[in-house]
Amino acid sequence: MLAMPLSGEVFYIRLATRILIFGILASSLNLLVGYGGLISFGHAAFVGLGAYAAAILTHHDVTSGFVVWPAAILVAAMGALIIGAVTLRTSGVYFIMITLAFAQMLYYVAVGMDRYGGDDGLRMATRNSFFGPVDANNPNVFFYIVAVLFLAVLFGTRRLVQSHFGRVLRGIKDNDRRMQSVGFNTFGYKLAAFVLSGAIAGLGGALNANLNAHVSPAMVHWVLSGDLLVMLVLGGVGTVAGPAVGAAAFIVLEEVLSNLTKHWMAILGPLMLLVILFHKGGIYALLLGKKGRSGD
Amino acid sequence: MNYVLLVEQTLNGLQLGVMLFLIAAGLTLVFGIMNFINLAHGSFYMLGAFFAAALTKWTGSFVLGLALAVLACVALGVILEMLALRPLYARDHLDQVLATFSLILFFNEMTSIVWGTEPQYIMTPALLSGSVELFQGVHYPVLRLAVTGFGLAVGLLLYGIVTHTRIGMLIRAGASNRQMVQGLGVNIGLLFSFTFGLGAALAGFAGMITAPLLAVQVGIGEPMLIVAFVVVVIGGIGSVRGAFVSALLVGLVDTMGRFLLPAWLGYRFGPALASMAIYILMAAVLLWRPQGLFSGFRG
Repeated sequence: MLAMPLSGEVFYIRLATRILIFGILASSLNLLVGYGGLISFGHAAFVGLGAYAAAILTHHDVTSGFVVWPAAILVAAMGALIIGAVTLRTSGVYFIMITLAFAQMLYYVAVGMDRYGGDDGLRMATRNSFFGPVDANNPNVFFYIVAVLFLAVLFGTRRLVQSHFGRVLRGIKDNDRRMQSVGFNTFGYKLAAFVLSGAIAGLGGALNANLNAHVSPAMVHWVLSGDLLVMLVLGGVGTVAGPAVGAAAFIVLEEVLSNLTKHWMAILGPLMLLVILFHKGGIYALLLGKKGRSGD
Repeated sequence: MNYVLLVEQTLNGLQLGVMLFLIAAGLTLVFGIMNFINLAHGSFYMLGAFFAAALTKWTGSFVLGLALAVLACVALGVILEMLALRPLYARDHLDQVLATFSLILFFNEMTSIVWGTEPQYIMTPALLSGSVELFQGVHYPVLRLAVTGFGLAVGLLLYGIVTHTRIGMLIRAGASNRQMVQGLGVNIGLLFSFTFGLGAALAGFAGMITAPLLAVQVGIGEPMLIVAFVVVVIGGIGSVRGAFVSALLVGLVDTMGRFLLPAWLGYRFGPALASMAIYILMAAVLLWRPQGLFSGFRG
């Protein structure tokens, strides 16, 4: 996959870049769902915050990636801090509904921002710049930038899961009350995971904005939140590489089906339903020859 | 500020509230009994509107069309419950969310295959067209009044069923303790199919009676569904009374917010804040009572 740019086909480079970006997004959601047991149906909120932060800064002629991308991460993290502080007071099905509702609120804000394109979205005149030969406008260079970040996220996730923090998080997933009585401030840990996950999603959003040179309310839409969850389950919840595998499978499937018919969703929907009804731990577990949903 | 507009907007808010109640009632009952979260509930709202548009055209009668459309929604709900959703009750919420999410994609796409992407319109019966003078100088469309009235009537009927009939008693019992009810010899599967069909009919009915007021098109279900989630969260999961109070509250806050906030805060921030109003309300309720206002059945 890393040799993708050598093929020289811009279409495939874009596709590979897209897969890596969604790999980052699905991995960030995996922190919550897979390790924290927090089913967030509002992840698009943070993707959108990052994407809009990047596009709006670029729109105002702040084009340096060294400024824009950290800013996107920061904005998404702040959003996650606020939304997390409210939503994490609840759990279970309430949490699902409330994260969905807050993401929808941001969707309406994006639609209402007439200054920044409203419904039509905002075009980015250029990708964000770095130094010297690192020119993100070159598809190959951009692919490698994304690839490096993707590997960093995966590596970081692995380190995090094995760390003290990761162990506490998994403990909370198994039994929140027990962790509380052992003396952990579970709310704090969950909020930290929520903010971290939102921050990574913000980075992914900024990358996606760069890839498409465009942001629109679709990036904050609930369908994106759902798609990310599907990628996660398709690949394997609670595994480090699973979400990326799921993202690749989902995007390739989408590409193939949408070439077959314009009503590809009528095929994808039932297909997803079947996968969910009969899955055994996702594609990643299948590849490893494991049975059952692997916890860690 | 003129009071004619104020009255009109209050009535509009009430109408939105009643529609939200019809959708939220099914959601909250289904969740209360089976601990099952159904994202595809909004599809019943959309399909109800499409069925009504097609069937009123086909039969040439508004009443007959609606009656058939309600039956179609019930049938669809029961079939869906039996075929696709049953295996999901034992699963975790993640699988339920994803399965019903994929059903939304399927229903939306099937609807656009069958009816196309052009919006459908439904004829308004002559009896309900025009407007009526409520009191001195306040005219209000008969249709909107009728929609609110129908919605309220159905809501009351539901309340009567849930609180005063044997099946309603079973539904409430199922919501508070499923195992116990099962242990007493009630066929909980059948009870649940009934509840699911009832929920589908209510959401579908909401879609049908709102259909003459809006362009019926693919994707109208989900925005309503998400607001219905807000209603359920504020009202407390499993509580029909909570859903009713909070639906009216949300309907009024949303409508009045869109009407008053731009006037008070100017057109720069007013509309943005208005679209956030119900979510801020939800956040405030959660900070105060994390389990919702009327968390009747579960802790």
